[in-house]
Amino acid sequence: MRGNPGTAGVFDKIVSSKLFSSLAALFVILLFNVFLNPGFLSITIVNGHLFGQLIDILNRAVPVMILSIGMTLVIATGGTDLSCGALLALAGATAISLIRGGSAVLNSDTAMPFVLVIAITLAVTTLCGLWNGFLVAKLGIQPIVATLIFMTAGRGIAQLITGARNLTTGYAPFSVIGQGWFLLFPVPIFIAAGVCLVAWYFTRRTAFGLFVEAVGINASAARYSGINSSLIIMAVYAISGFCAGVAGLIYSSGIMCADANNAGLNYELDAILATVLGGTSMMGGRFYLAGSVIGSLIIMALTKSIYAFDVAPESALVVKALVVVIVVLIQSPFFKKRKFRKAGGPELELASDREGGR
Amino acid sequence: MERVKLRKTGGEKRKLGIDLKYIPALSAIALFLAAYAIGGILYGERGFLSMRTFATLFTDNAYLGVSAVGMTIVIISGGIDLSVGSVAALSTMMLAYGTEVLRWNSVLMLIVVLLTGMALGAFMGMLIDVFEVPPFISTLIGMFFARGLCFIISIQSITINDPLLRALGKWRIRLPAASRAAAYVNLSVFIFALVLAAGVVIMRCTKFGRGVYAFGGNRASAVLMGLPTRRIQIGIYTFNGFCSALAGVLFAFYTFSGYGRHLYGMELDVISSVVIGGTLLTGGVGYPIGSLFGIMIYSVILKFISFNGSLSSWWTKIAVGVLLLFFIALQRVTVVLVKRSKRELKRKN
Repeated sequence: MRGNPGTAGVFDKIVSSKLFSSLAALFVILLFNVFLNPGFLSITIVNGHLFGQLIDILNRAVPVMILSIGMTLVIATGGTDLSCGALLALAGATAISLIRGGSAVLNSDTAMPFVLVIAITLAVTTLCGLWNGFLVAKLGIQPIVATLIFMTAGRGIAQLITGARNLTTGYAPFSVIGQGWFLLFPVPIFIAAGVCLVAWYFTRRTAFGLFVEAVGINASAARYSGINSSLIIMAVYAISGFCAGVAGLIYSSGIMCADANNAGLNYELDAILATVLGGTSMMGGRFYLAGSVIGSLIIMALTKSIYAFDVAPESALVVKALVVVIVVLIQSPFFKKRKFRKAGGPELELASDREGGR
Repeated sequence: MERVKLRKTGGEKRKLGIDLKYIPALSAIALFLAAYAIGGILYGERGFLSMRTFATLFTDNAYLGVSAVGMTIVIISGGIDLSVGSVAALSTMMLAYGTEVLRWNSVLMLIVVLLTGMALGAFMGMLIDVFEVPPFISTLIGMFFARGLCFIISIQSITINDPLLRALGKWRIRLPAASRAAAYVNLSVFIFALVLAAGVVIMRCTKFGRGVYAFGGNRASAVLMGLPTRRIQIGIYTFNGFCSALAGVLFAFYTFSGYGRHLYGMELDVISSVVIGGTLLTGGVGYPIGSLFGIMIYSVILKFISFNGSLSSWWTKIAVGVLLLFFIALQRVTVVLVKRSKRELKRKN
């Protein structure tokens, strides 16, 4: 199942422990919220829509969740995509300026067929992602630097498109993407679930996931064993760009406005955090898509519980930093060595050998 | 070390007699001169070439320069520091809160601020070295932590009214300039010059500096050579923490305020300037002087936009992005050329 038949028992030890620790973290945060606000878990149905804090967390976590899916694949190849926040803003700017089609006044019409708007927007961000992949795979530029270019220039281009204004639109079908409801749940949750399912299918039911891990563990070894490493790398950055496009459509539809300056600000960092919290190592190799989804929920739940106190939203950053320090330290080779030395068992030794073998 | 370097680079000289390694830094200088000349042609009659404009290239961006010196050393060592903007913002906030709300002595507060920056830097260095957390993640933690701390201290922007700090910030000397408009140089520029000189001396003349080059060039051999890598690595990030805090102090002198939303995205400007200034992001190669020109190119872009008047400020972002791409591509070409000339040298021998 995980491309490693020798170890794939009922519970692969590492997967279960990694997912378990992130699930436990999410559980603790939710419990803390229940303690703060006893009505936290209650979900009510109003006009056929589910309302409640849990739904809200799920709904608000969607943009980061989708970004973190792309980010997980990029990180699994040993890279990082810093540009996805800026590409999110670029997607919003592209979509809304296409819908407005240069009209100076706010109206509820679209200048272009809606399907075409979505297709062009997703194509634009996917191409930007492909460009990142080209720089990394073909020119051999380090991922942080290659994606830094779009992180800086992406918002500039977004502002070029919007003419440095906050473009708004009143086109109703567009609002469905970010604000609509379907079968009790908000539409963004369905979109996120769709993206997750597609990603899960292609990484776990086709060889693609195995190739991604192989490239992340050792790119040249993967090349020698016949995997087209540079194609895989370009593909994961393009996927990350595509995810940024989807997240950008949801984000801009949620506020019906293209805000080139603030849309998705620092989201790339949140997406990286979600991925790391989910157990994927920054060194590349194994990745845990489900972990990243849980990671993005942890981030949102954490932010939500901090809002419960009457402090500036940015104070959440301190808590985020502390949580990440703890997680990263637990994952660090320094503690791993200690832990295994203490615990001893042969199975754990094996696990540590495998980890070290990267 | 110097002798080793000479032997290594001896064969890489091209027909022009320029060491290939200097190409990125030299092209940064050339680009600055070209941009400055073009500005002179376009906006010369409006004073683009005046001493006053030239002085503002430094007075407006000295804080970026101070941070760039520290960042240069970090990048030469093969690392990266994303926390500089947040640590600088934290410095402005601490300085403002300490002197205005707590009413502490301003000199004491300056020392506390700089020590805090160093402590944060040392902490990140420790995470990187002892716990083997990648620099990217550990400085990301530092970035979140420092930014969040600002807002825990205060949500509002605090104006600095302390007489000593205001005097230091306003202090400037007039340059003997021939043009009509008077040109001034302020304290920030002097501090930038000092930090830059310190950076050059550290990197050229001290054991520590050579250790940094060795560490960035080839980590494994640096360890095998017996270099004190832990001391070097923690030292690098401590120094950069100091530079970030100092940059924050200079920014506070410039704006007379402390605010948690100050200097968002400063790390991008600093990293771009350092890269444009010819420091290789793969580590091992770079010059603090190159970063000076990186900062000057950045300042000239800002000047272009302000002199043009009709261009929006977001053109800066696009221009910096394009320049980054250009210089990164140039770096790749240089690295490939250096490798090829090394191979030729080997074949000849």
